[in-house]
Amino acid sequence: MGKLSVLLSKKGNWVIPYLVFLLIFVLTPLALIVFYAFTGSDGRFTLVNFVKFMQHPEAINTFIYSIGIAVITTFVCLVLAYPAAYILSQRAFNTSKTMVVLFILPMWVNILVRTLATVALFDFLSVPLGQTALIFGMVYNFLPFMIYPIYNTLQKMDHNLIEAAQDLGANPFQVFVKTVFPLSMPGIMSGIMMVFMPTISTFAIAELLTMNNIKLFGTTIQENINNGMWNYGAALSLIMLILIGITILLSNDDDNMTNEGGVV
Amino acid sequence: MMQKLLAKSYLWVLLVLLYAPVAVIMVFSFTEAKVLGNWSGFSTRLYTSLFTGGAHHSLVSALWNTFLIAFVAATVSTVLGSIAAIGIFNLKARARQTVGFLNSIPMLNADIITGISLFLLFVTFGISQGLTTVILAHITFCTPYVVLSVLPRLKQMNPNVYEAALDLGATPFYALRKIIFPEIRPGMISGFILSLTLSIDDFAVTIFTIGNEGLETLSTYIYADARKGGAYTRAASVIYHHFRYGAAAVAGY
Repeated sequence: MGKLSVLLSKKGNWVIPYLVFLLIFVLTPLALIVFYAFTGSDGRFTLVNFVKFMQHPEAINTFIYSIGIAVITTFVCLVLAYPAAYILSQRAFNTSKTMVVLFILPMWVNILVRTLATVALFDFLSVPLGQTALIFGMVYNFLPFMIYPIYNTLQKMDHNLIEAAQDLGANPFQVFVKTVFPLSMPGIMSGIMMVFMPTISTFAIAELLTMNNIKLFGTTIQENINNGMWNYGAALSLIMLILIGITILLSNDDDNMTNEGGVV
Repeated sequence: MMQKLLAKSYLWVLLVLLYAPVAVIMVFSFTEAKVLGNWSGFSTRLYTSLFTGGAHHSLVSALWNTFLIAFVAATVSTVLGSIAAIGIFNLKARARQTVGFLNSIPMLNADIITGISLFLLFVTFGISQGLTTVILAHITFCTPYVVLSVLPRLKQMNPNVYEAALDLGATPFYALRKIIFPEIRPGMISGFILSLTLSIDDFAVTIFTIGNEGLETLSTYIYADARKGGAYTRAASVIYHHFRYGAAAVAGY
């Protein structure tokens, strides 16, 4: 008991339970993905899982196709969201707070329900469920996640900088290109993260939006894990994990992510 | 003036597009057709059968499981995360950064990877999957958010007050209860609510950790139902979102 109170009196030690928890439920599981990815079903080291991926045109095609779909979805979201975020944030347009809430509210709808609702809409309008439906469905799902962070940075922007640009003789176009847009870059980056990451790793959603016609990489991983192909599934997961790591590194040059927790 | 009108109409067009799916699902929850998009006359049968028909038992137990998981996971996350936040706050800069990085992994990682990694953990160590494993998985992705909502509160706190309490003879535990706890309580509450909503909403992590003993949560129920055309989900989700927005309104958004 005496030892325990000494341990507790140093507040830094209070992090220990959580560290143990993180070790068991975050680090060990990730290490297991790497372990399973590099072993065969006999438990010996092998690269056979990655060779299988490389030699399997269907898996590679699905992988590239998923990246393509995610890039297109993210781009469409950005193009649609930026003007909306800009209009919402500028005092000149005199938009109400309610309007902002209306744009954020769909983030609260369960993603499966949102997808199902989109399928219902497409059915209602007799839009065929295929690639176009998939992209538009994903844009529907993730648009609020792009609007919100961009709106946030535009909102917090120092207006003196814009006025300074105007005073120094910049026309409205120059003000936007040289001042507003570069300053909103952090918001754009977190928006891209918040849209690209879920779209690249999605499963179930593509399944529902295309009536199982189009398979994305996430679905491939899920199928392999469900069918007991843990080693191959883990190898595919590791490939996705690396892709996610690269995305984070690219979109996050200053490490404010760990301190501020991004936009969430 | 013209510009303003254009800007406003752009926003309205986007809003109509965003809400159209939800509107359609609401309208079609009042018809009986099994396939979405078919209108076979006004009916509240989907709603009544939720509470009387064959869908009754599975949906009610899925709802119960969802709330049980969310409540337990959010409670444990709040306690674990708050204690961890106090610890992190008292670490040296370097150690704090390392723990901060570890803490951000579950938030940055894709749900599917978190789900699969935990699935591999449970199968490797022969832990049978069910309610407990889902709760553990939910604690894993909820706690980081609690840590991040409590930490700013600690940063805002005047450290002298705690020192003063100790100087005046308070035991560290007493000072914790009387000084630190009241300061971080708002952060704990928002972390708790955030955890609740994250847990209720989760699908990807749940599906990999729920096992195949027939345990269902609301999101796995919706998933299973959606693959069959989603008739009940239409009605269920309308009810569900009334609860959801109600809770959000109570929490002050």
